[in-house]
This record gives sequence, structure tokens and C-alpha cells, in this order.
Amino acid sequence: MENSMGDKSKGNGGVGTWLLTNLGRILISLVVPIGLFVILWQGFMFLRDSNAPQLVLVLVAIVWGVGGVAALFWVTNWLVEKMPKEWTRRIQPFVFVGPAIAIIAWFLFIPVIRTLILSFQNDISNAWVGFANYIFAFTDRVMLDAFRNNLLWLVFGTFFSVSLGLVIAVLADRSRYETVYKVLIFLPMAISFVGAGVIWKFIYAYQGLGVGIQEIGLLNGIVVAMGGTAQPWLTQAPWNNFLLIIIMVWLQTGFAMVIISSAVKGIPAELLEAARVDGASEFKIFFSIIIPSISGTLITVTTTIVIFSLKLFDVVYVMTGGNFGTNVIANEFYLQRFTYGNAGRASAIAIVLLIATLPVMIYNLRQFNERRAF
Amino acid sequence: MAAKAQGFQKQKRTSSILLNLTLSIICFIWLLPVIGLLITSFRNSQDIFTSGWWKVFPHREYQNTRQIILDPSVDVNGPMTVEGVTASFDEFRNGVTAPTGEKLTWYGNKRTRTIDVAEQKWVGFSAALSLKNYISVLSGKSVTFTDASGREVVTRGPALGSAFLNSLAVTIPATIIPILIAAFAAYGFAWLNFPGRKLLFILVVAMLVVPLQIALVPILQDYTRLNLNGTFLAIWLAHTGFGLPLAVYLLFNYIALLPREILESAFLDGASNFTIFTSLILPLSIPALASFAIFQFLWVWNDFLVALIFLGDKNRVVTSALANLVGERGQDWHLLTAGAFITMILPLIVFLALQRYFVRGMMAGSVKG
Repeated sequence: MENSMGDKSKGNGGVGTWLLTNLGRILISLVVPIGLFVILWQGFMFLRDSNAPQLVLVLVAIVWGVGGVAALFWVTNWLVEKMPKEWTRRIQPFVFVGPAIAIIAWFLFIPVIRTLILSFQNDISNAWVGFANYIFAFTDRVMLDAFRNNLLWLVFGTFFSVSLGLVIAVLADRSRYETVYKVLIFLPMAISFVGAGVIWKFIYAYQGLGVGIQEIGLLNGIVVAMGGTAQPWLTQAPWNNFLLIIIMVWLQTGFAMVIISSAVKGIPAELLEAARVDGASEFKIFFSIIIPSISGTLITVTTTIVIFSLKLFDVVYVMTGGNFGTNVIANEFYLQRFTYGNAGRASAIAIVLLIATLPVMIYNLRQFNERRAF
Repeated sequence: MAAKAQGFQKQKRTSSILLNLTLSIICFIWLLPVIGLLITSFRNSQDIFTSGWWKVFPHREYQNTRQIILDPSVDVNGPMTVEGVTASFDEFRNGVTAPTGEKLTWYGNKRTRTIDVAEQKWVGFSAALSLKNYISVLSGKSVTFTDASGREVVTRGPALGSAFLNSLAVTIPATIIPILIAAFAAYGFAWLNFPGRKLLFILVVAMLVVPLQIALVPILQDYTRLNLNGTFLAIWLAHTGFGLPLAVYLLFNYIALLPREILESAFLDGASNFTIFTSLILPLSIPALASFAIFQFLWVWNDFLVALIFLGDKNRVVTSALANLVGERGQDWHLLTAGAFITMILPLIVFLALQRYFVRGMMAGSVKG
């Protein structure tokens, strides 16, 4: 506001007027937020309980959600700017930063602590069980299988995504049609894991044996055309894990390729030119110039995909449900919490996942400190 | 000298052809799964079950042309000579190729005494493709189709159309809300001074890679207590929470680098922080906002875990509707393929239209939890 409240009251004189103007202000300051809350609450109830046509509900939801947040910011700021200047200066930063911090605290920071506590409690979280859930998480047969499979995902999934991404990035860099190739390889990034699951389930489909039965899955189609016998691929441990990993490679290679590609473009052309003039073979250039020059990027991409493969859930859930020896940690988390209803064990598994990502978190914080952005 | 240069040119051209050939093959392999899905989604269910999708392309196939009924005098238990081929019953049953190129296959059991004669013919020029699967998977209305054995079957579609609308209702606010909140926060962190500023930002950076599994159990408790499960608000908040650290971080990196002079002159003109934010910062940050928006849009649209847990069966979104379809109708490929394509179409369009921003966002960002 242009003036603080005190100045105005003195200018007008008279306690009555002072009281009246400020009472009016206080009233408005109360009415506006309360009105907003009533509107938002009505919207919420309408969305939850109404039987209106779905299209209407969807439109109302979008307007209510987006508009509501914007209105909350606007009204809070309006209130704060009505306060004395000194107060505005102090409180306003929290109007800007507060919502973000509050939500991050509610949805990520506090849950870390709450999950840690839950992980020491029993399945319905009403008694302490010590380290029992962790003993389960690290020694149970099911969990050990999940760890082994996650290790397969982590090693093979990451290796193939990054190396294929690297090879394609370097090859595409020399082609005139670079953009076309890159978009096509990158395209699966836009597809959901569930969608990709359906696509690949169809590729691995198995019709069974019998006279006149034709295989409709691409893989069995190829196998039969080459004179082999059709197989129920997804039920054959441990190879089915690799068939699932192929899906991840299909989805993630594009990501690796795009990031690596921009690093490859950053290598000075003179360096490559000089090596070629000296008669170095393309292979030698690849291994002793290109790879060392982009090692930083390679590490970043690898870390990202490693974290990604640790948390992997959807593919396994849709393709096999974790059966036939394809279980992974994140799927076991889901099973424990939502199928067996064991909050304690699920929490312990979540903490294990958190611990696995801890090195990256520390690295991020260190990077941040070194940058001295503040 | 000229000859050498020419040789070099020639070598260069061959290697360029080789390079493009390699890349084309890789791209073809990469696209093949999607092509298969797309073709299958337009075929009718009977065809899907009796032949692979690649059979829609012209190819040679054996087709029955006539039948031979064996004379009663022929002993079916011993070797038989038909059309110049001698073979046992078992061999005939598995199919025998005659010298004419025709294929002889025993029909049914021994008593039928019937042999089908098939000839190789070109087929597949008139593949029967239609939109029927899409209509049935979108509408949720009853649809009649002919099953593999030729019977008329009436089934209810899985109503992916309504899931599509729900996905819009989830995704649009769950993309805009975190951007708005994060942009406010990024401005606060970058240009306002307040106690605890650095500590709070460290919190944001620390939360960047926290796996969201950590939050699911406690947040579900909260939602149950607040009776929020299955509401749009619940899932918006969850996606906002999980997306915010990356959003704040990305937008901070961008907004903190905006030229100081612009802001200072606005301050001197007496503009409030709110005005500066809405009329200066937001328009200037559109590239960064767009990058994150595409990111978040694809992430929310394609998310399955968060929707599965916080929405459940109420207000089902496309990913959980499709996953449900896999569970219930796992062999109904005509529905699954059409359904999968419906879930993919919007993100593919957004992605192809705005991939430049997407790539830019990816370069600036780090890992999301």
C-alpha cells in the first residue's frame, strides 16, 4: 500500500473516523480471504460429490485448480501488502517461497522422517519391532531376488542405454539427417511405461502349441520363421529379466543420446581434425579423444539412469507383476504396502531405496556448495 | 593428384552411405515395436489372433484350393501315395510338399480320409483395417464383434474415453500448479532477502533425488485422514510435491541469471515485488517455464504409480485404465493395442511439437526423484 495505516489516521484526525476506516479495512481483509476459501471449498465439494457430466467436472476441476492457486497467491500477497511497510518487507518473501517449501516439506522432507519411523514399526504401525523390517529387507529370499534383479537392471540397463546412446550420438553427428534420426530414437521417451509394457508384451506374446496356431508376437514370429520353436518368453527365468531390460533400453537410449550428443558437439573440431591429419583411425579417435572429452557428461547420464533403474516399477508391474523371478525392489515395495498391507516392511524398503540414492544427493549438495550461487 | 582426390571423395561417399544405412537400420528397429502396435490396433480381433501383424503386408501364403478324398481301398495305417508323394498319416498331418509345389495336409483324424491341397498365393493386398477397436476401447458401450471361432460376441468397452478426460483433469493442473508455485519460490530465492534463505534452498536441492516411494506410505495416511483419496486435489498436490524440487531448482537457475538492471529500474519506479514478478519475471522466463512444463506434462501424463495409489479406481486415468485392461483382458490385443495408442497420442504430439524445449530443459536439469 502507498501509506501505512498510522499516517492516514493522523491526517484525517478524530478517533471515530480512524476506527471506521480501519474497521472497514480489517473487514475487507477478512471478507476477501474468507470468501475465497468458501468458493474454493464449494468447488472441492462439487468436484468430489457431484454427478455432473464428466466434461463439466473436468473443466471445473482445471479452472478451480489452476485458478485457486493463482487466487491464493494473489489474495495472500494483497493482504501482506496492506500491512505496514516494514512488515510487508519481512513477510513477503515467505509468501513467495512459503508454499513451495511447505509442500516440499509435507510431501518429501517430513515423509523421509515419518517413513524412517514407520520402518521400525509393525505392519499396521502400532508397535515397535526394532530392526525386524530391515532384517526382512536384507535377508528374505524375495528381497534377495529383487536385489539381484535390480542389479541386473542397473548394470545391463544402464550399460546398454548409455553405450547405445553414445554410439548413435557419435554416428548421427556425422550425418546430414541427424535431427530425423535423433527424433526417432528419442520418440519412446514420450511413451508411458504402461504403454511401452503393452507394446513389448505384444512382441513377446506366445500363442501356445497346437496344429495350425500362428504366432502373433514378433519375437516368436522371427524365431519360427528361422526354424525355431515358439517360447513363452516372459515366464522363463532368468532370461525374462533381460527381455524386460530391453524395454528400458528402448525407452532410455534416447535420453542418453540427446545429452551425450550435445557434449559431443562441444568437442573442438580442430582437435578431431588434427587427429585425422595425424592418421588416427576413427576407432582410435572415438576411444582416445571423444570418450575422454565427454567423460563428465557420461558420468551424469550414467548416474541418472542408475537412479532411474533403481526405482523402476511400472514395467515389471505391467509385464509380469513381479512373477516368474522378475521381481524388483520398487515392485516389492508396492506389494508389501498395497497387496499385503505391511506398512513397516514397505517403509523399510523405501528407506533402502533412499539410501541407494544418498551418494547422488550428497554429490548434488556438494556441487551446489561449490557453485556459491548464494 | 586429381585421381587421388577423386578416390578420396568416392571413399567418403561410400562411408556416408554406410553411415546412413546403419542409422536407418537402428531407427527402423527402434520404430518397429510402435509400427506393430499401430497396425494391430486397426485390425479386427479375429485377424489379430490368426496371423501376425506383419501379414498385412503382401506376402506368399498357402491357401487351400481343393480337397482329395482318399479311396476306401487305401490303407491309412501304412504309407500312402497321393499326388506323387508317399508319406505316412503322421507326415501328412504335419503337411507334405508335393513336387508341384502344392502342400498336402491331412484334414482332421484318420477316418476323414480327406487331404487339403494348398497352393502358395500372394495375399495381403486388401488388409481389412478399421477404427472399430478404437471406438470400442473409447466408448465403454457394448460392441459386437466376431471372435476367433466365428461367433458373434458382445462386450463392453473399457471406457478409455472417460479415462482420457480424467487424465486431462489431472495433468493440466498438475503441470501448471507446480510451475506457478515454483516460479514464485524461484523469484523469492533469487531476488528477495530473508532469514534462512540458504538453508531452505539446500533443502530443495537435497530433495531433488529422493525416491517418491519414500512419501507414499505417510502421504496415504494423511489422505485417508483428510478423506482426500481419489480426488483430483489429492493427486495434484502429490504431483506438485514430487515435481517441485526440480521445478524450483530449474527456474531458480534461470531467474537468478536475469539482468539485474531490469529489476532495479522497476523497483525504482515503485513497482511492488508482486507486480515485478507477474509483469516482468514471468514473461521473461517463458523459455524456462516451457521446458519444465513439457517435462512435468509428460511425467504426469505417463505416471502410473502415483495415480494407482492416490486415485485408485475412482477417476481412473489412462495409464491405470490401460494397466487394468492388461490385467483383465490380457489377451484382447485389439483392445490393448488401440488403448495403448490412445494413451500415447497426446504426449507424442506434445513431444514432437515442443521437443526443442524439452531437450533444453533436460540439459539444464538434473535427476528427478
